[in-house]
Amino acid sequence: MWGTTDVTVRFGPVTALESVTLTVEPGVVTAVVGGDGAGKSTLLRVIAGLVAPTEGRAARPPDRCIGFVPTGSGVFRDLTVAENVEFVAGAYGVALPSERVDDLLRRSGLSGFTDRLAGTLSGGERQKLALVTALLSEPLLLILDEPTTGIDPVSRMMLWRLMAATAARGAAVVFSTSYLDEAERAGVVMLLDRGRSLAYGTPDDLIRQVPGKVVTTDEPTDPARAWRHGARWRQWSPDGTLPGELVEARLEDVAIVAALAAGGGS
Amino acid sequence: MIEAVHLTKRFGDFTAVHDASLTVRAGEVVGLLGANGAGKTTLILMILGLLRPAEGTVRLFGEPPSRRSRARVGYVPQGLGLYSDLTVAENLEFGAAVFGIEALPLDPGLGPDGDRLIGTIPWGTRRRVSFAMALQHRPDLLILDEPTSGVDPLARARLWNQIRRAAEGGAAVLVSTHYMDEARQADRLVLMAAGDIIVEGTVAELIGDAVTAQVEAADWQGAFTALDEASLPVMLDGRRTRVPGGDRAVIENLLRSAGVAARTTEVPATLEEVMVLADGPG
Repeated sequence: MWGTTDVTVRFGPVTALESVTLTVEPGVVTAVVGGDGAGKSTLLRVIAGLVAPTEGRAARPPDRCIGFVPTGSGVFRDLTVAENVEFVAGAYGVALPSERVDDLLRRSGLSGFTDRLAGTLSGGERQKLALVTALLSEPLLLILDEPTTGIDPVSRMMLWRLMAATAARGAAVVFSTSYLDEAERAGVVMLLDRGRSLAYGTPDDLIRQVPGKVVTTDEPTDPARAWRHGARWRQWSPDGTLPGELVEARLEDVAIVAALAAGGGS
Repeated sequence: MIEAVHLTKRFGDFTAVHDASLTVRAGEVVGLLGANGAGKTTLILMILGLLRPAEGTVRLFGEPPSRRSRARVGYVPQGLGLYSDLTVAENLEFGAAVFGIEALPLDPGLGPDGDRLIGTIPWGTRRRVSFAMALQHRPDLLILDEPTSGVDPLARARLWNQIRRAAEGGAAVLVSTHYMDEARQADRLVLMAAGDIIVEGTVAELIGDAVTAQVEAADWQGAFTALDEASLPVMLDGRRTRVPGGDRAVIENLLRSAGVAARTTEVPATLEEVMVLADGPG
Protein backbone atom coordinates (compact mmCIF):
# COMPACT_ATOMS: atom_id res chain seq x y z
CA MET A 1 0.00 0.00 0.00
CA TRP A 2 1.25 3.51 -0.85
CA GLY A 3 1.33 6.63 1.24
CA THR A 4 2.98 7.68 4.48
CA THR A 5 3.38 6.07 7.91
CA ASP A 6 4.05 8.38 10.89
CA VAL A 7 5.87 10.85 8.66
CA THR A 8 7.44 13.93 10.24
CA VAL A 9 9.21 16.50 8.09
CA ARG A 10 11.34 19.31 9.51
CA PHE A 11 12.89 22.09 7.50
CA GLY A 12 15.44 23.55 9.93
CA PRO A 13 13.45 24.78 12.91
CA VAL A 14 10.11 24.47 11.11
CA THR A 15 8.03 21.32 11.48
CA ALA A 16 6.08 21.06 8.22
CA LEU A 17 4.48 17.68 8.99
CA GLU A 18 4.06 15.89 12.27
CA SER A 19 3.46 12.17 12.41
CA VAL A 20 1.09 11.96 9.43
CA THR A 21 -0.20 8.60 8.26
CA LEU A 22 -2.07 8.65 4.96
CA THR A 23 -2.86 5.64 2.80
CA VAL A 24 -3.59 6.19 -0.87
CA GLU A 25 -5.53 3.25 -2.20
CA PRO A 26 -5.81 2.12 -5.81
CA GLY A 27 -9.21 2.97 -7.25
CA VAL A 28 -9.88 5.73 -4.72
CA VAL A 29 -9.68 9.53 -4.93
CA THR A 30 -8.11 10.86 -1.72
CA ALA A 31 -8.36 14.56 -0.80
CA VAL A 32 -5.93 16.44 1.45
CA VAL A 33 -7.63 19.59 2.73
CA GLY A 34 -6.12 22.61 4.43
CA GLY A 35 -5.25 26.27 4.05
CA ASP A 36 -2.03 27.94 3.08
CA GLY A 37 0.80 26.55 5.25
CA ALA A 38 -1.12 23.47 6.46
CA GLY A 39 1.51 21.14 4.99
CA LYS A 40 -0.45 19.87 1.97
CA SER A 41 2.34 20.36 -0.56
CA THR A 42 4.94 18.81 1.73
CA LEU A 43 2.73 15.76 2.28
CA LEU A 44 2.13 15.28 -1.45
CA ARG A 45 5.83 15.74 -2.17
CA VAL A 46 6.72 13.11 0.41
CA ILE A 47 4.27 10.72 -1.25
CA ALA A 48 5.80 11.53 -4.64
CA GLY A 49 9.32 10.93 -3.30
CA LEU A 50 10.39 14.55 -3.81
CA VAL A 51 10.88 15.28 -0.10
CA ALA A 52 12.49 12.78 2.26
CA PRO A 53 10.76 12.30 5.61
CA THR A 54 12.79 13.33 8.67
CA GLU A 55 11.05 10.49 10.52
CA GLY A 56 8.66 7.77 9.42
CA ARG A 57 8.25 5.96 6.13
CA ALA A 58 6.77 6.63 2.70
CA ALA A 59 5.85 3.97 0.15
CA ARG A 60 5.28 4.54 -3.55
CA PRO A 61 5.42 2.70 -6.86
CA PRO A 62 8.50 3.12 -9.11
CA ASP A 63 9.00 6.71 -10.34
CA ARG A 64 7.85 6.00 -13.90
CA CYS A 65 4.48 4.87 -12.55
CA ILE A 66 3.87 8.18 -10.74
CA GLY A 67 2.15 11.19 -12.30
CA PHE A 68 2.78 14.42 -10.39
CA VAL A 69 1.15 17.79 -11.14
CA PRO A 70 2.67 20.53 -8.94
CA THR A 71 0.82 23.74 -7.96
CA GLY A 72 0.62 26.21 -10.79
CA SER A 73 0.62 23.23 -13.17
CA GLY A 74 4.17 22.64 -14.47
CA VAL A 75 3.84 22.79 -18.23
CA PHE A 76 6.39 24.31 -20.62
CA ARG A 77 4.96 27.74 -21.35
CA ASP A 78 7.04 28.39 -24.44
CA LEU A 79 6.03 25.14 -26.09
CA THR A 80 2.67 24.61 -27.78
CA VAL A 81 0.07 22.22 -26.38
CA ALA A 82 1.07 19.58 -28.95
CA GLU A 83 4.79 20.07 -28.21
CA ASN A 84 4.19 19.70 -24.48
CA VAL A 85 2.41 16.42 -25.13
CA GLU A 86 5.11 15.21 -27.57
CA PHE A 87 7.91 16.08 -25.17
CA VAL A 88 6.40 14.21 -22.24
CA ALA A 89 5.29 11.31 -24.45
CA GLY A 90 8.89 11.07 -25.72
CA ALA A 91 10.26 11.00 -22.18
CA TYR A 92 7.95 8.09 -21.30
CA GLY A 93 8.31 6.30 -24.63
CA VAL A 94 4.62 6.70 -25.49
CA ALA A 95 4.12 6.34 -29.26
CA LEU A 96 2.31 9.19 -31.03
CA PRO A 97 -0.12 9.75 -32.67
CA SER A 98 -2.27 7.85 -30.26
CA GLU A 99 -5.99 7.47 -29.93
CA ARG A 100 -5.68 7.71 -26.18
CA VAL A 101 -3.85 11.04 -26.34
CA ASP A 102 -6.44 12.46 -28.75
CA ASP A 103 -9.13 11.24 -26.39
CA LEU A 104 -7.46 12.88 -23.38
CA LEU A 105 -7.13 16.18 -25.24
CA ARG A 106 -10.75 16.04 -26.37
CA ARG A 107 -12.03 15.25 -22.89
CA SER A 108 -10.10 18.12 -21.41
CA GLY A 109 -11.45 20.51 -24.03
CA LEU A 110 -7.98 21.14 -25.50
CA SER A 111 -8.39 19.59 -28.97
CA GLY A 112 -8.91 23.00 -30.55
CA PHE A 113 -5.79 24.49 -28.97
CA THR A 114 -2.98 22.13 -29.97
CA ASP A 115 -0.99 24.88 -31.75
CA ARG A 116 -1.33 27.44 -28.94
CA LEU A 117 1.65 28.20 -26.72
CA ALA A 118 0.96 26.85 -23.26
CA GLY A 119 1.91 30.27 -21.86
CA THR A 120 -1.07 31.85 -23.62
CA LEU A 121 -3.65 29.40 -22.22
CA SER A 122 -5.94 30.32 -19.33
CA GLY A 123 -5.08 28.94 -15.89
CA GLY A 124 -7.75 26.26 -16.22
CA GLU A 125 -6.55 25.17 -19.66
CA ARG A 126 -2.93 24.99 -18.47
CA GLN A 127 -3.98 22.92 -15.51
CA LYS A 128 -5.85 20.52 -17.78
CA LEU A 129 -2.81 20.26 -20.06
CA ALA A 130 -0.63 19.44 -17.04
CA LEU A 131 -3.05 16.68 -16.09
CA VAL A 132 -3.12 15.31 -19.63
CA THR A 133 0.69 15.10 -19.73
CA ALA A 134 0.74 13.48 -16.27
CA LEU A 135 -1.69 10.83 -17.56
CA LEU A 136 0.30 9.95 -20.69
CA SER A 137 2.30 7.24 -18.93
CA GLU A 138 -0.88 5.73 -17.42
CA PRO A 139 0.37 6.22 -13.84
CA LEU A 140 -0.56 3.88 -11.01
CA LEU A 141 -0.33 6.83 -8.63
CA LEU A 142 -1.54 10.29 -9.66
CA ILE A 143 -0.69 13.22 -7.36
CA LEU A 144 -2.10 16.72 -7.91
CA ASP A 145 -1.24 19.75 -5.77
CA GLU A 146 -4.20 22.19 -5.70
CA PRO A 147 -5.31 21.38 -9.25
CA THR A 148 -8.45 23.51 -9.07
CA THR A 149 -7.37 26.65 -7.19
CA GLY A 150 -8.56 29.66 -9.13
CA ILE A 151 -10.12 27.43 -11.81
CA ASP A 152 -13.69 28.05 -12.92
CA PRO A 153 -16.47 25.48 -12.37
CA VAL A 154 -16.54 24.22 -15.94
CA SER A 155 -12.80 23.51 -16.19
CA ARG A 156 -12.94 22.20 -12.65
CA MET A 157 -15.55 19.67 -13.64
CA MET A 158 -13.41 18.46 -16.55
CA LEU A 159 -10.40 18.09 -14.25
CA TRP A 160 -12.52 16.22 -11.75
CA ARG A 161 -13.85 13.95 -14.39
CA LEU A 162 -10.38 13.02 -15.65
CA MET A 163 -9.17 12.45 -12.08
CA ALA A 164 -12.18 10.27 -11.28
CA ALA A 165 -11.82 8.31 -14.54
CA THR A 166 -8.19 7.66 -13.63
CA ALA A 167 -9.24 6.26 -10.24
CA ALA A 168 -12.06 4.28 -11.87
CA ARG A 169 -9.58 2.41 -14.03
CA GLY A 170 -7.65 1.44 -10.88
CA ALA A 171 -5.05 4.13 -10.18
CA ALA A 172 -4.60 5.74 -6.77
CA VAL A 173 -5.39 9.46 -7.01
CA VAL A 174 -4.52 12.00 -4.31
CA PHE A 175 -5.02 15.77 -4.56
CA SER A 176 -4.97 18.81 -2.30
CA THR A 177 -7.53 21.60 -2.01
CA SER A 178 -8.62 24.32 0.41
CA TYR A 179 -12.30 23.76 -0.45
CA LEU A 180 -14.49 21.30 1.39
CA ASP A 181 -17.24 21.14 -1.22
CA GLU A 182 -14.61 19.63 -3.46
CA ALA A 183 -13.24 17.25 -0.85
CA GLU A 184 -16.79 16.03 -0.19
CA ARG A 185 -16.71 14.20 -3.51
CA ALA A 186 -13.55 12.25 -2.69
CA GLY A 187 -13.62 8.71 -1.32
CA VAL A 188 -11.28 9.53 1.57
CA VAL A 189 -10.44 12.90 3.11
CA MET A 190 -7.63 14.09 5.39
CA LEU A 191 -8.01 17.46 7.13
CA LEU A 192 -4.56 18.92 7.64
CA ASP A 193 -3.81 21.88 9.93
CA ARG A 194 -0.36 23.21 10.81
CA GLY A 195 1.28 19.97 9.78
CA ARG A 196 -1.02 17.68 11.75
CA SER A 197 -3.88 15.47 10.66
CA LEU A 198 -7.06 16.69 12.38
CA ALA A 199 -9.37 14.10 10.88
CA TYR A 200 -9.07 11.28 8.37
CA GLY A 201 -11.70 9.02 6.84
CA THR A 202 -14.57 8.89 4.37
CA PRO A 203 -16.65 12.11 4.23
CA ASP A 204 -19.61 10.24 5.76
CA ASP A 205 -17.50 8.93 8.65
CA LEU A 206 -16.05 12.36 9.39
CA ILE A 207 -19.54 13.87 9.48
CA ARG A 208 -20.82 11.08 11.74
CA GLN A 209 -17.87 11.39 14.12
CA VAL A 210 -18.25 15.09 14.97
CA PRO A 211 -17.99 15.28 18.79
CA GLY A 212 -21.02 16.86 20.46
CA LYS A 213 -23.34 18.59 18.02
CA VAL A 214 -23.65 21.49 15.61
CA VAL A 215 -26.72 23.71 15.92
CA THR A 216 -28.01 26.64 13.94
CA THR A 217 -29.01 29.79 15.77
CA ASP A 218 -29.61 33.53 15.35
CA GLU A 219 -27.78 34.44 18.58
CA PRO A 220 -24.62 32.48 19.33
CA THR A 221 -24.08 31.96 23.05
CA ASP A 222 -20.39 31.18 22.61
CA PRO A 223 -18.94 33.35 19.82
CA ALA A 224 -15.57 31.59 19.97
CA ARG A 225 -17.33 28.40 18.84
CA ALA A 226 -19.69 30.03 16.35
CA TRP A 227 -19.38 30.77 12.66
CA ARG A 228 -21.59 32.26 9.97
CA HIS A 229 -23.84 30.38 7.67
CA GLY A 230 -25.48 33.01 5.51
CA ALA A 231 -27.31 35.47 7.72
CA ARG A 232 -27.55 32.92 10.54
CA TRP A 233 -24.92 31.29 12.76
CA ARG A 234 -23.77 27.79 13.40
CA GLN A 235 -22.38 26.87 16.76
CA TRP A 236 -20.52 23.84 18.00
CA SER A 237 -21.50 22.39 21.34
CA PRO A 238 -18.74 19.94 22.40
CA ASP A 239 -20.89 18.25 25.05
CA GLY A 240 -24.05 18.40 22.97
CA THR A 241 -26.08 20.27 25.60
CA LEU A 242 -26.68 23.48 23.65
CA PRO A 243 -30.28 24.19 22.68
CA GLY A 244 -30.91 25.11 19.07
CA GLU A 245 -31.91 23.56 15.81
CA LEU A 246 -29.70 20.58 15.00
CA VAL A 247 -28.13 20.90 11.56
CA GLU A 248 -27.09 18.27 9.12
CA ALA A 249 -23.37 19.02 9.27
CA ARG A 250 -21.40 19.30 6.07
CA LEU A 251 -17.72 18.58 5.71
CA GLU A 252 -17.11 22.32 6.01
CA ASP A 253 -18.64 22.34 9.51
CA VAL A 254 -16.60 19.25 10.39
CA ALA A 255 -13.39 21.04 9.41
CA ILE A 256 -14.27 24.12 11.45
CA VAL A 257 -15.14 21.99 14.50
CA ALA A 258 -11.90 19.99 14.09
CA ALA A 259 -9.85 23.21 13.97
CA LEU A 260 -11.67 24.60 17.03
CA ALA A 261 -11.19 21.33 18.93
CA ALA A 262 -7.47 21.45 18.13
CA GLY A 263 -7.32 24.94 19.64
CA GLY A 264 -7.00 26.62 16.25
CA GLY A 265 -7.86 30.15 15.31
CA SER A 266 -6.94 33.42 16.91
CA MET B 1 -26.49 50.98 -3.09
CA ILE B 2 -25.75 49.44 -6.49
CA GLU B 3 -28.22 49.97 -9.28
CA ALA B 4 -26.92 48.69 -12.59
CA VAL B 5 -29.47 48.82 -15.37
CA HIS B 6 -29.23 47.13 -18.80
CA LEU B 7 -25.43 47.16 -18.89
CA THR B 8 -23.72 46.03 -22.08
CA LYS B 9 -19.99 46.04 -22.74
CA ARG B 10 -18.25 45.04 -25.95
CA PHE B 11 -14.57 44.58 -26.67
CA GLY B 12 -14.36 44.69 -30.47
CA ASP B 13 -16.72 42.00 -31.73
CA PHE B 14 -16.88 40.32 -28.37
CA THR B 15 -19.80 41.09 -26.07
CA ALA B 16 -18.44 40.62 -22.56
CA VAL B 17 -21.62 41.65 -20.76
CA HIS B 18 -25.04 41.74 -22.35
CA ASP B 19 -28.01 43.65 -20.97
CA ALA B 20 -27.19 42.94 -17.32
CA SER B 21 -29.21 44.53 -14.55
CA LEU B 22 -28.20 44.12 -10.92
CA THR B 23 -29.32 45.70 -7.67
CA VAL B 24 -27.58 45.32 -4.32
CA ARG B 25 -29.34 46.89 -1.34
CA ALA B 26 -27.90 48.08 1.96
CA GLY B 27 -27.29 45.20 4.36
CA GLU B 28 -27.52 42.59 1.63
CA VAL B 29 -24.83 40.07 0.60
CA VAL B 30 -25.10 39.17 -3.09
CA GLY B 31 -22.96 36.43 -4.65
CA LEU B 32 -21.92 36.72 -8.29
CA LEU B 33 -21.31 33.30 -9.86
CA GLY B 34 -20.14 32.15 -13.24
CA ALA B 35 -17.31 30.50 -15.15
CA ASN B 36 -14.26 32.40 -16.35
CA GLY B 37 -15.31 34.57 -19.26
CA ALA B 38 -18.90 34.73 -18.04
CA GLY B 39 -18.51 38.49 -17.55
CA LYS B 40 -18.23 38.80 -13.75
CA THR B 41 -15.09 40.93 -13.67
CA THR B 42 -16.24 43.18 -16.53
CA LEU B 43 -19.51 43.75 -14.65
CA ILE B 44 -17.62 44.57 -11.43
CA LEU B 45 -15.31 47.00 -13.24
CA MET B 46 -18.32 48.81 -14.74
CA ILE B 47 -19.91 49.03 -11.29
CA LEU B 48 -16.68 50.45 -9.87
CA GLY B 49 -16.64 53.02 -12.67
CA LEU B 50 -13.36 51.70 -14.07
CA LEU B 51 -14.93 50.60 -17.35
CA ARG B 52 -17.53 52.61 -19.24
CA PRO B 53 -20.54 50.58 -20.39
CA ALA B 54 -21.48 50.75 -24.08
CA GLU B 55 -25.12 50.79 -23.03
CA GLY B 56 -26.95 51.10 -19.75
CA THR B 57 -26.29 53.04 -16.57
CA VAL B 58 -24.72 52.44 -13.18
CA ARG B 59 -25.71 54.32 -10.08
CA LEU B 60 -23.81 53.97 -6.82
CA PHE B 61 -25.53 55.53 -3.80
CA GLY B 62 -27.92 57.19 -6.23
CA GLU B 63 -25.32 58.86 -8.46
CA PRO B 64 -23.01 57.87 -11.32
CA PRO B 65 -19.68 56.30 -10.20
CA SER B 66 -17.13 59.00 -9.38
CA ARG B 67 -14.21 59.67 -7.05
CA ARG B 68 -16.74 60.62 -4.42
CA SER B 69 -18.57 57.30 -4.65
CA ARG B 70 -15.24 55.44 -4.81
CA ALA B 71 -14.43 56.81 -1.34
CA ARG B 72 -17.42 54.88 0.00
CA VAL B 73 -16.40 51.56 -1.59
CA GLY B 74 -14.14 48.89 -0.11
CA TYR B 75 -12.63 46.59 -2.73
CA VAL B 76 -10.68 43.36 -2.24
CA PRO B 77 -9.33 42.36 -5.66
CA GLN B 78 -8.29 38.79 -6.42
CA GLY B 79 -4.62 39.77 -6.24
CA LEU B 80 -5.34 41.47 -2.87
CA GLY B 81 -3.96 44.86 -3.98
CA LEU B 82 -1.23 45.18 -1.34
CA TYR B 83 2.28 46.63 -1.65
CA SER B 84 4.64 43.73 -1.10
CA ASP B 85 7.64 45.94 -0.25
CA LEU B 86 5.77 47.81 2.52
CA THR B 87 5.09 46.36 5.96
CA VAL B 88 1.63 45.35 7.16
CA ALA B 89 1.31 48.57 9.20
CA GLU B 90 2.61 50.74 6.33
CA ASN B 91 0.09 49.24 3.92
CA LEU B 92 -2.76 50.03 6.31
CA GLU B 93 -1.45 53.56 6.96
CA PHE B 94 -1.11 54.21 3.26
CA GLY B 95 -4.63 52.90 2.63
CA ALA B 96 -5.98 55.09 5.42
CA ALA B 97 -4.19 58.16 4.02
CA VAL B 98 -5.71 57.57 0.58
CA PHE B 99 -9.17 57.66 2.14
CA GLY B 100 -8.22 60.58 4.40
CA ILE B 101 -8.77 58.77 7.68
CA GLU B 102 -6.60 57.85 10.65
CA ALA B 103 -5.29 54.29 10.47
CA LEU B 104 -7.05 52.12 13.05
CA PRO B 105 -4.99 50.27 15.67
CA LEU B 106 -3.83 46.93 14.26
CA ASP B 107 -6.21 44.04 14.71
CA PRO B 108 -4.79 41.91 17.58
CA GLY B 109 -4.51 38.95 15.23
CA LEU B 110 -2.24 40.97 12.94
CA GLY B 111 -0.30 42.74 15.71
CA PRO B 112 2.71 40.41 15.75
CA ASP B 113 3.12 40.84 11.98
CA GLY B 114 2.82 44.66 11.94
CA ASP B 115 6.46 45.28 11.06
CA ARG B 116 6.84 42.49 8.53
CA LEU B 117 6.94 43.12 4.79
CA ILE B 118 3.81 41.92 3.01
CA GLY B 119 6.02 39.98 0.58
CA THR B 120 7.36 37.83 3.44
CA ILE B 121 4.13 36.81 5.22
CA PRO B 122 1.84 33.86 4.45
CA TRP B 123 -0.93 34.31 1.92
CA GLY B 124 -3.64 33.80 4.54
CA THR B 125 -2.29 36.67 6.65
CA ARG B 126 -2.05 38.90 3.58
CA ARG B 127 -5.68 38.20 2.91
CA ARG B 128 -6.58 39.44 6.39
CA VAL B 129 -4.56 42.60 5.79
CA SER B 130 -6.37 43.15 2.50
CA PHE B 131 -9.70 42.79 4.33
CA ALA B 132 -8.61 45.21 7.06
CA MET B 133 -7.55 47.63 4.31
CA ALA B 134 -10.90 47.40 2.52
CA LEU B 135 -12.91 47.78 5.74
CA GLN B 136 -11.01 50.45 7.68
CA HIS B 137 -12.77 53.42 6.08
CA ARG B 138 -16.14 51.82 6.92
CA PRO B 139 -17.34 51.52 3.34
CA ASP B 140 -21.01 51.54 2.44
CA LEU B 141 -20.34 49.11 -0.37
CA LEU B 142 -17.94 46.17 -0.24
CA ILE B 143 -16.86 44.44 -3.43
CA LEU B 144 -14.91 41.21 -3.01
CA ASP B 145 -13.40 39.17 -5.82
CA GLU B 146 -13.00 35.53 -4.67
CA PRO B 147 -12.23 36.69 -1.16
CA THR B 148 -11.30 33.45 0.57
CA SER B 149 -9.32 31.46 -2.02
CA GLY B 150 -6.62 29.34 -0.41
CA VAL B 151 -7.73 29.98 3.17
CA ASP B 152 -8.38 27.19 5.67
CA PRO B 153 -12.01 26.60 6.71
CA LEU B 154 -11.79 28.21 10.14
CA ALA B 155 -10.02 31.29 8.80
CA ARG B 156 -12.62 31.45 6.02
CA ALA B 157 -15.40 31.36 8.62
CA ARG B 158 -13.68 34.23 10.45
CA LEU B 159 -13.43 36.31 7.27
CA TRP B 160 -17.12 35.70 6.65
CA ASN B 161 -17.85 36.96 10.16
CA GLN B 162 -16.23 40.23 9.12
CA ILE B 163 -18.19 40.40 5.90
CA ARG B 164 -21.46 39.75 7.73
CA ARG B 165 -20.63 42.33 10.39
CA ALA B 166 -20.13 44.92 7.64
CA ALA B 167 -23.51 43.96 6.12
CA GLU B 168 -25.22 44.16 9.49
CA GLY B 169 -23.71 47.62 9.86
CA GLY B 170 -25.60 48.57 6.69
CA ALA B 171 -23.04 47.93 3.97
CA ALA B 172 -24.06 46.38 0.67
CA VAL B 173 -21.79 43.47 -0.28
CA LEU B 174 -21.10 42.00 -3.72
CA VAL B 175 -18.92 38.86 -3.75
CA SER B 176 -17.76 37.06 -6.86
CA THR B 177 -16.82 33.43 -6.42
CA HIS B 178 -16.32 30.07 -8.10
CA TYR B 179 -16.79 28.15 -4.90
CA MET B 180 -19.99 26.72 -3.50
CA ASP B 181 -18.78 26.91 0.13
CA GLU B 182 -18.65 30.64 -0.39
CA ALA B 183 -21.79 31.00 -2.49
CA ARG B 184 -23.86 29.45 0.30
CA GLN B 185 -22.93 32.39 2.54
CA ALA B 186 -24.74 34.92 0.34
CA ASP B 187 -28.36 36.07 0.80
CA ARG B 188 -28.97 36.05 -2.92
CA LEU B 189 -27.04 34.75 -5.92
CA VAL B 190 -26.69 36.04 -9.46
CA LEU B 191 -25.52 33.52 -12.04
CA MET B 192 -23.82 34.71 -15.24
CA ALA B 193 -23.00 32.69 -18.34
CA ALA B 194 -21.52 34.02 -21.59
CA GLY B 195 -22.13 37.67 -20.65
CA ASP B 196 -25.76 37.25 -19.59
CA ILE B 197 -27.30 37.16 -16.17
CA ILE B 198 -29.26 33.96 -16.59
CA VAL B 199 -30.86 33.52 -13.20
CA GLU B 200 -30.90 35.06 -9.76
CA GLY B 201 -32.29 34.11 -6.39
CA THR B 202 -31.49 32.08 -3.30
CA VAL B 203 -29.55 28.81 -3.53
CA ALA B 204 -32.87 26.92 -3.50
CA GLU B 205 -34.33 29.16 -6.20
CA LEU B 206 -31.27 28.76 -8.45
CA ILE B 207 -31.44 25.02 -8.15
CA GLY B 208 -35.20 25.12 -8.79
CA ASP B 209 -36.27 21.77 -10.16
CA ALA B 210 -32.93 20.96 -11.83
CA VAL B 211 -32.19 17.30 -11.28
CA THR B 212 -29.20 15.01 -11.40
CA ALA B 213 -29.30 11.32 -12.13
CA GLN B 214 -27.49 9.50 -9.35
CA VAL B 215 -26.09 6.06 -10.00
CA GLU B 216 -25.24 3.67 -7.19
CA ALA B 217 -23.40 0.51 -8.08
CA ALA B 218 -21.26 -1.96 -6.15
CA ASP B 219 -18.87 -1.72 -9.12
CA TRP B 220 -18.77 2.10 -9.13
CA GLN B 221 -15.66 2.06 -11.29
CA GLY B 222 -17.54 0.11 -13.95
CA ALA B 223 -20.55 2.43 -13.78
CA PHE B 224 -18.40 5.58 -13.92
CA THR B 225 -16.30 4.29 -16.81
CA ALA B 226 -19.32 3.18 -18.87
CA LEU B 227 -21.05 6.56 -18.54
CA ASP B 228 -17.81 8.52 -18.95
CA GLU B 229 -16.99 6.70 -22.17
CA ALA B 230 -20.46 7.50 -23.49
CA SER B 231 -19.44 11.19 -23.11
CA LEU B 232 -22.08 11.96 -20.50
CA PRO B 233 -21.13 14.81 -18.10
CA VAL B 234 -20.29 12.50 -15.20
CA MET B 235 -19.22 13.59 -11.73
CA LEU B 236 -17.88 11.33 -9.03
CA ASP B 237 -19.38 11.70 -5.57
CA GLY B 238 -17.64 9.33 -3.18
CA ARG B 239 -18.63 6.02 -4.72
CA ARG B 240 -21.68 7.32 -6.53
CA THR B 241 -21.72 8.66 -10.05
CA ARG B 242 -23.78 11.77 -10.78
CA VAL B 243 -24.96 12.88 -14.21
CA PRO B 244 -26.37 16.43 -14.05
CA GLY B 245 -29.43 16.69 -16.28
CA GLY B 246 -28.93 13.06 -17.30
CA ASP B 247 -31.81 11.04 -18.73
CA ARG B 248 -32.50 8.00 -16.56
CA ALA B 249 -33.58 5.76 -19.39
CA VAL B 250 -30.43 6.51 -21.40
CA ILE B 251 -28.24 5.88 -18.37
CA GLU B 252 -29.97 2.63 -17.47
CA ASN B 253 -29.55 1.41 -21.05
CA LEU B 254 -25.85 2.24 -21.11
CA LEU B 255 -25.27 0.48 -17.81
CA ARG B 256 -27.23 -2.56 -18.94
CA SER B 257 -25.17 -2.92 -22.11
CA ALA B 258 -21.99 -2.52 -20.07
CA GLY B 259 -23.23 -5.28 -17.76
CA VAL B 260 -23.09 -3.12 -14.63
CA ALA B 261 -25.78 -3.71 -12.04
CA ALA B 262 -26.82 -0.31 -10.68
CA ARG B 263 -29.65 1.68 -9.20
CA THR B 264 -30.39 5.03 -10.80
CA THR B 265 -32.45 7.68 -9.04
CA GLU B 266 -33.23 11.32 -9.70
CA VAL B 267 -32.02 13.70 -6.99
CA PRO B 268 -31.97 17.50 -6.78
CA ALA B 269 -28.94 19.01 -8.53
CA THR B 270 -26.26 20.80 -6.54
CA LEU B 271 -25.50 24.47 -7.09
CA GLU B 272 -22.26 23.58 -8.86
CA GLU B 273 -24.09 21.22 -11.19
CA VAL B 274 -26.56 23.99 -12.01
CA MET B 275 -23.63 26.23 -12.92
CA VAL B 276 -22.14 23.58 -15.15
CA LEU B 277 -25.51 22.92 -16.82
CA ALA B 278 -25.93 26.67 -17.36
CA ASP B 279 -22.66 26.81 -19.24
CA GLY B 280 -23.70 24.08 -21.64
CA PRO B 281 -21.59 21.08 -22.60
CA GLY B 282 -18.12 22.50 -22.20
